Amino acid sequence: MTRLASAVRRAAAAAAIAGQLAVGPADAFCGLYVAQADAKLFNTASKVVLARDGDQTAITMSSDYQGDAKEFALVVPVPSFIQRQQIGVVDAATIDHIDVYSAPRLVEMQDPDPCPPPPSNVFGSVSGAAFPTRGAAAPGAPRVKVEANYDVGEYDVSILSAEDNYGLLQWLKAKGYKVPADAAAVLGSYIRQNMRFFVARVNLDRMKLIGAGYLRPLQVRYASPRFLLPLRLGKLNARGAQDLIVFALTRNGRVEATNYPNVKMPSGMDVPLYIKDAFGPFYKAVFDKAAERQNRRPVFVEYAGSLGNCDPCSARPMTGAELNELGARWVDETAAKGAYVTRLHVRYDAQSFPEDIAFEETADASGYQARYILRRPFAGAANCPAGKAYRSALRRAFQTQADALAELTGWASDEIGARMNLTGQSLSSSN
Amino acid sequence: MIGRMGKALLRDVRHIQIVALSVFLVIQFGWIDFGATPAGVACALGACLLTQTLACRITGAPFDWRSPAITALSIALLLRASTPLWLAAAGMVGIGSKFMLRIDGRHVFNPSGFAIVVMLLSGAGVWISPGQWGTLVWFAALAGLLATLILPSARRADITLAFLASFGALLLWRARLLGDPFAIPLHQASSGALLVFAFFMISDPPTTPNSRLGRVVFAFSVAAVAHGLAFSEQVRPALYFALIALAPLTPLFNRLLPAPAFQWRPVALEGTGV
Repeated sequence: MTRLASAVRRAAAAAAIAGQLAVGPADAFCGLYVAQADAKLFNTASKVVLARDGDQTAITMSSDYQGDAKEFALVVPVPSFIQRQQIGVVDAATIDHIDVYSAPRLVEMQDPDPCPPPPSNVFGSVSGAAFPTRGAAAPGAPRVKVEANYDVGEYDVSILSAEDNYGLLQWLKAKGYKVPADAAAVLGSYIRQNMRFFVARVNLDRMKLIGAGYLRPLQVRYASPRFLLPLRLGKLNARGAQDLIVFALTRNGRVEATNYPNVKMPSGMDVPLYIKDAFGPFYKAVFDKAAERQNRRPVFVEYAGSLGNCDPCSARPMTGAELNELGARWVDETAAKGAYVTRLHVRYDAQSFPEDIAFEETADASGYQARYILRRPFAGAANCPAGKAYRSALRRAFQTQADALAELTGWASDEIGARMNLTGQSLSSSN
Repeated sequence: MIGRMGKALLRDVRHIQIVALSVFLVIQFGWIDFGATPAGVACALGACLLTQTLACRITGAPFDWRSPAITALSIALLLRASTPLWLAAAGMVGIGSKFMLRIDGRHVFNPSGFAIVVMLLSGAGVWISPGQWGTLVWFAALAGLLATLILPSARRADITLAFLASFGALLLWRARLLGDPFAIPLHQASSGALLVFAFFMISDPPTTPNSRLGRVVFAFSVAAVAHGLAFSEQVRPALYFALIALAPLTPLFNRLLPAPAFQWRPVALEGTGV
């Protein structure tokens, strides 16, 4: 990037930030982070971290696999032969950290006393995430070449190349991997694109030795002009709708899908007070409704922001070491600067997302957050004309919040009204 | 009066293109995230019109606002930027190329295509968002745009159809080669950016061959090169790179296959009845 280009970008970013700060006390920069909606909410959600720098790609796949470790298997197409030093295991806590850091958040703000001048607040809090499992494959027949076998932590990893998709399918089945029959077409497509397969199974003895108690996320690093997320094999195992959360780490800008639309999650609305204890179900309903409205076609953007500075921060910032662990190896371990994270949420089923999702890093560093606002009314006497005006404006505000909630989640207005009543936000005009 | 306005509108296909591009831009402002912005349109329009004015003053050519307006609207529609000033730069590059890169009395490169390619290669904070259109908008746009094909002033619709047919055929061929289901080439073809390219960029009369045979060969070549760039070389904005790389074929075809040159205002509108 030329110096002029960088200078213009920096100036634009500064202007954007200044513009946001100028909005005033009602803006999201003031308030207390009181809740986060992490990936655990979505029962069948996977988490994938994609770090990209030029052609260097690192894909980290997290598995919250609950079943028998013997049954676990992972099959991922990769563009080239993978050497042992290109594979690693990552601490699940690191992925949980970035999940919580970028998750949709609820901010609480206190309405000031309408009579004397108002105070202001600060920030905090975060939560974690969860993943589903992938299909497995079994080794076996001829026309499949096992190019390498590696011991990686609790996993036995093989790099396979095949000339024939049925041969590969037989091989996988013979080794005990449960692969659906329609995997043949997908495997064939990857084979004809000269891709190899990264196949991982659990080695039970080493797993006991390591004693982590769970299956740690696997990371593969490779260089490729392609920047994509291979979904097609995972989709085959999908029973109904599956959720996938992608954390894309880049140097400078937001990552967007180039072959699917990118849609922002609704953000910035005031919501009723009772949502504070129901933020998880609230966000889940918001996402469900958004996905339904868009027929599950787009990639939803839940967060995009630079990791070096968050002010305020909804979670402890990521360290340079954690970012390196997640594949962002250009980040200085001590400084944790120079990385940008984009959180994308995809809900797919057998019909949607026919193609693997292709990404590109854009030069957009303007940032975005899925953020909802709780406004706690002033509880004091406020016996002044401004106070009376405040109270009648409050009733209108409650109604607006109720309408916004109904629109966002599809919940019934009566139920919303009843729950709001319980937390002191009465919608009836007799108040 | 409506009839007279209608006739004036239809006499020059650029008027319809301006209306269509403006509709697409409004859709982007209102319904599409991370899309075109009014500030971007303003910067592109300002730069294109200004550059055109200056260039016309220098060269003595008559000033016409329509072509620079189309260049500006196309740039604002297709090119994304971290700041709208990049779109102004793109506008200047595009219009500048029209006056400076000429063979046989005609500019060689489609101005907006050239601007897009140069800005993408320059390392500036710009990018293309091919996926942002979704599929419903695509179908609606297709219906609207097909309507323009029946208008008599759009005589060069053959290149659009030849391009879409070639590109579609190549996608189907690739899917067959890989054993992919039909859903995949269908999804790959359902791109609003592809439609805008086919109807507004590759169809640009001054930068495409004058003879019908030349146009069809040109369309197929662009489709083939774009396909190769996209799938073998993983070049994302393959359509624009292919168009600009093959643009010098146009003056070549015009010498080898001479045919009447395109005029923006046809001499007579035969039996249009409008």
